[in-house]
Amino acid sequence: MTTATEIAEAQLKMPLQRGPNVERRLLQRTFKPLFGTPVNAAVTLVCLWVLWLGVKGAYGWLVTRAVTEGGAQACKVGQGACWPFYEAKLRFMIFGVYPYDEHWRVLLAMTLFLGAIGITMVPRFWNRKLLVLWGITIAATAVLIGGGIFGLRYVPTTQWSGLPLSFLLSAVGLALGFPLGVLLALARSSKLPAIRVIAIVFIEVIRGVPLISILFMASVMLPLFMPSGVTVDKLLRAQIAIIIFAAAYIAEAVRGGLQAIPRGQHEASSAMGLHYWQSMRLVVLPQALKIAIPPLVNISIGFFQDTTLVTIIGLLDFLSTVRTAMQDPAWVGIAVMEGYVFAAAVFLFFSYGMGAYSRFLERRMRLGHD
Amino acid sequence: MRVDALSGTRLLYNLRFRAILYQVLAVGSIVVLGLYLFSNVSQKLAEQNIATGFAYLSREAGFVISQTLIDYKPTDTYGRAILAGIVNTIWVSAWSVVIATILGLIVGIARLSRNPLLAFLAFLYVEALRNVPLLLYLFLWYALIVTGLPAVREAWEVLPHVFLSNSGLTVPSLLWTSAHTIILVALVLGGALAVALRRRATAERIRTGGERTIWPLIALVLLTPPILAILIMQPDFTISVPEKGRFRLTGGAQLTPEFTALLVGLALSASAGIAEIVRSGILSVRKGQWEAARALGLRDGSTMRLVVLPQALRVIIPPLTSSYLSLFKNSSLAIAIGYPDLVMVSNTTMNQTGQAIEGIAIFMLVYLGLSITISIFMNWYNSRVALKER
Repeated sequence: MTTATEIAEAQLKMPLQRGPNVERRLLQRTFKPLFGTPVNAAVTLVCLWVLWLGVKGAYGWLVTRAVTEGGAQACKVGQGACWPFYEAKLRFMIFGVYPYDEHWRVLLAMTLFLGAIGITMVPRFWNRKLLVLWGITIAATAVLIGGGIFGLRYVPTTQWSGLPLSFLLSAVGLALGFPLGVLLALARSSKLPAIRVIAIVFIEVIRGVPLISILFMASVMLPLFMPSGVTVDKLLRAQIAIIIFAAAYIAEAVRGGLQAIPRGQHEASSAMGLHYWQSMRLVVLPQALKIAIPPLVNISIGFFQDTTLVTIIGLLDFLSTVRTAMQDPAWVGIAVMEGYVFAAAVFLFFSYGMGAYSRFLERRMRLGHD
Repeated sequence: MRVDALSGTRLLYNLRFRAILYQVLAVGSIVVLGLYLFSNVSQKLAEQNIATGFAYLSREAGFVISQTLIDYKPTDTYGRAILAGIVNTIWVSAWSVVIATILGLIVGIARLSRNPLLAFLAFLYVEALRNVPLLLYLFLWYALIVTGLPAVREAWEVLPHVFLSNSGLTVPSLLWTSAHTIILVALVLGGALAVALRRRATAERIRTGGERTIWPLIALVLLTPPILAILIMQPDFTISVPEKGRFRLTGGAQLTPEFTALLVGLALSASAGIAEIVRSGILSVRKGQWEAARALGLRDGSTMRLVVLPQALRVIIPPLTSSYLSLFKNSSLAIAIGYPDLVMVSNTTMNQTGQAIEGIAIFMLVYLGLSITISIFMNWYNSRVALKER
């Protein structure tokens, strides 16, 4: 007895026949969207031209016209990328004014840190052990960069600079901003009016002004608010500003997650006898935070880029060390493109990576298995 | 007897009492913190002999602002200098918003193009702009304009009569007089009348079901006030067009390198965000909506206007608001390349007077006020296009 399903199964098992039409169809499938109509053909040609110009320009600058040897003088004459600039300045651009002989410490710390981030990004490892891992990583990083114990030379914060400083400012800002942000989000959705108003005012004021004004406040005003005789480290001041700023944005992302949790979840957990903090910690927040992960990753990308603003209040972050390298009297006016292209490539690499990760997370959540 | 002994603890378990207690504690700790900080500040200020209060706003500023829209000279007051900074901030943000919206719309639609090459180019554009900090781009554009572009003598003509050189962008300009302002007001008035008329016509159509041709009437209402104004005021409409002379450009308006770099930087980086917003807005309207509209006999244009756009706008408006707001706040990066916006003028003021708290308070309040104004306006607009559910 041949049923319809059997026929279908038999058809599925049959090898795909490459009929005479297959090539033509394939051709059509690539041809039609590109040259299907006259307008489309024109668009395609213009795009090809733009791409060609871009590729030709980039290749010419990076390879054919590049200056590979000689010093600043050779680059001044040459028209392309100046590789000697990178040779001379790469370590300064990355590590800044951190003592030259101790660069290995920062490199090790950064490797540890990026490794920990890599592990954190794998959803399978999302459990309590991660907290231990981060505890160890932070302690090790602090010891390695700051020194002062275990025979490591003490390095003051004024010498912390370059790419590690950018990582530090954004990572610590987000790590400490996160709990503060969650608290603010809970306060904003609280039933108690005074607490809700305090949270709303805090969040909206911070989100309504530019980051640069908060950084100014931290660098100019904070010393005035301290009691006489107490001084706060410049780096710490910028860090506090970034934490506060991050907290307000994180609070809004978390609030979005909290709003997505149906009331039934709150009611069910109080029916089970859980008090407010228990029901938040055990029932509501785990679900809300999961929803808030994609916007939180996007906030992280933004903050990694926003740490460049500390340049304006005079901290030596990555963008700042790159600019300092470019303004070295030997190289000034010669390696403008080189410096900015390098900095842009580094930012592009990390931000695009995080963005791709956020898209992966979103896809994973839509599929709904955890 | 037992009840009395427990009443203290009972009170602690009373939900209403607890709620009040928590709130009193929260407000109290903030007040205490505020008082503590205030006492520190007043002590410090007294020690360092810094004046307080806003009296300095009426003193002579004495510094030069390289470019202003309103009249300003160094003998004017600090208050006027700050006002000039505010106007500059709004001026550059407003133009950036316009350019970013147009570019974002084009790139967002290009991202959805059936032509894979065009979609790919739009993708590259968006990712290159989104993943590199704005500050880096501002430095880069500024450096490219100042060091990379030819001198005025060999200025590039990027568009007809728009010249780009190492002293910025030169564009055709209209000599703006009060007559032009009156005409603009008349145009706005005509627009308001036209909108009101159209609303009434729509209400009537819904009530009676009868369709009437009303566009000639609307056009009449829209155009009469400005035409009357033009006839009465007889303004000068000659446009000053920049021409390339032997050594310099004559005519037109000169936009400084700082303004040009800031405008380009803000507009480009915001356009990438807007492109993504537009794209997701259009994608959010299901294909079935197009098909249903066609099945009802609507033409393509009407489908877009009556069916797709209202639904896409609902998704587009809220994130668009926040991207306008962040563009506006990002204009504060002007200080990095030396465009005299509010932050930069306030910074100079703070350095000269030493009154940091007042200076920061002023510019934070201005940003906050303008941010809130923009978001109230956009929320109002959003509530008009939002899904009306019963």
